[in-house]
Amino acid sequence: MSAAAKAIKKTPVKGKAAKRAKADIWELRLYIAGQTPNSIATIANLRRICEERLQGRYRIEIIDLLEKPQLARGDQIIAIPTLVRKLPTPIKRIIGNLSTAERALVGLDLQPAK
Amino acid sequence: MKKTLLSAAPRHRFPKAPTGIAGLDEITSGGLPRGRTTLLVGGPGCGKTLLAMAFLAHGATQCGEPGVCLQFEETADKLAANLASLGLDLHELSRRKKLLVDHIRIDRNEIEETGEYNLDGLFIRLGLAVDTIKAKRVVMDGIETLFAGLSDQAVLRSELRRLFRWLDDHNLSAIVTGERGDKNLSRHGLEEYIADCVILLDHRVSEQLSTRRLRIVKYRGSSHGTDEYPFLIDDDGFTMMPVTSLGLTHKASKERVSSGFPGLDEMLDGKGFYRGSSVLVSGSAGTGKSSIGARFAEAACARGESCLYFAFEESPSQIIRNMASLGIRLEPYVEKGLLQFHAARPTNSGLEMHLATMQKMVLKLNPRAVVVDPITSIFTAGNSHGAQLMFTRLLDFLKMRGVTSVFTDLTPGEHSLRRGYEGVSSLMDTWIKLWLVSTNGSGAARMISVIKSRGMAHTRQGRELIVKKGRLDLGPAPGSHPAASAEVSE
Repeated sequence: MSAAAKAIKKTPVKGKAAKRAKADIWELRLYIAGQTPNSIATIANLRRICEERLQGRYRIEIIDLLEKPQLARGDQIIAIPTLVRKLPTPIKRIIGNLSTAERALVGLDLQPAK
Repeated sequence: MKKTLLSAAPRHRFPKAPTGIAGLDEITSGGLPRGRTTLLVGGPGCGKTLLAMAFLAHGATQCGEPGVCLQFEETADKLAANLASLGLDLHELSRRKKLLVDHIRIDRNEIEETGEYNLDGLFIRLGLAVDTIKAKRVVMDGIETLFAGLSDQAVLRSELRRLFRWLDDHNLSAIVTGERGDKNLSRHGLEEYIADCVILLDHRVSEQLSTRRLRIVKYRGSSHGTDEYPFLIDDDGFTMMPVTSLGLTHKASKERVSSGFPGLDEMLDGKGFYRGSSVLVSGSAGTGKSSIGARFAEAACARGESCLYFAFEESPSQIIRNMASLGIRLEPYVEKGLLQFHAARPTNSGLEMHLATMQKMVLKLNPRAVVVDPITSIFTAGNSHGAQLMFTRLLDFLKMRGVTSVFTDLTPGEHSLRRGYEGVSSLMDTWIKLWLVSTNGSGAARMISVIKSRGMAHTRQGRELIVKKGRLDLGPAPGSHPAASAEVSE
């Protein structure tokens, strides 16, 4: 576990985000383009964050655009990888390999921005 | 062997992708570089999108080259409206798989960046679109919005480099549009990546008159015009003044056409103007310039020739009414469609725009005769140093098409031509001058004389011009009027 992730674990989740996080099932969609080292790292980072913060309350769908290029248009995908939070609404997008956990959490609204 | 090598390497001509915009294809000797990317730079509202879409539409409908547009800025509705202004139906073209538009929306507010990424998503979308309709042309409109949407500039720049290389590798003729920048040509220095062809569009307003101009900044491996060329955006889309093919190569006609005024014909060697020549009728207010122009128009129509009448001071109905009082009947020819009026306020646009409009209308209606009444108004409506050059081009253009043209010219004082277009009279083949002289007791008399008329033995003496209800006539024979000879010899 990275130092950053540990730091997060010590901070109790408060406020609206926490209530919403408990109430809903999270639907996450990750767009990648082929099994590149960066996409493999992204998948690993995503799984780790979800296990730590959303255990049992999340679904991840991974879409490889090399196989289904027609799906890029619908979610307005430009950058790869892109993580789209379909639920809870509003839709959020995070681009990059999720290597900076804090920013990934902010992007997902799992932790209020300080 | 040596011979084979030589013949295998013929003089390389850069292949071109025509834009369908006549003037632009002329100054680029055939169009934009085929299989390469052109950067189109300009400020907001200067016509980048329209030019780019015209390029796609021309390829799709005329060259059998389907086109893809990655649209970063405009919405589907706005783009459809833009294309409709070119007379093209975006939905129909899409349905026939000639054109494919992918709208790319980037909202900075809903994007968070964490860690490494690239723009494969964009590549995949472009690749899919190109494959779907087997596109040969690509437009990327507003790609610089990426710079606002994504914060990692280093990634963005290397990805753009990769994108433009991808276009080259796939042999696509592309236009990328960019905003005009302060320090660089384009705001984000796109010209660093696109080196083959750079075109600058400009929309300037000086003295409250707007002029649109296009300049080719760079065109690697091809000759091109280097001037600034005015262009129009109107109901027919994008029009440029075709200029390069003009010059002094037109064939001079020996045919004569009547001025419609027997007295004037008599002064011109008894036969009238040469067909395809240009005639300047200058004079101060109330000397009868317009009636000479209108009489010429009437005569052309009476011969069954079509005539285009540019009215810059009076409305067509006013001209028709006033001329009818002199017995010049224009209305029947308007009804027949032989005589067409184009009326515009000189202050509606700059001189260059007027000249471009005139040229466009001549191309469209193909008249045998043209009357411009008066040329003075548009010359005073914003006069740039290129104006006279453009006017010269318009004259050449009319001559090349064998259009006989009469320009009336209002001189403010007695005899002087106004500053700014002194050269105009020297461009004209025939120069007719009208003026007023005071007569003993009976007020003022109108006088007419032919200052010059190339290629004919014209009368040099002034005659009295009688403009009266129902007629236009010459006064007594030369010499009998004391003021006449004195005036001309001045």
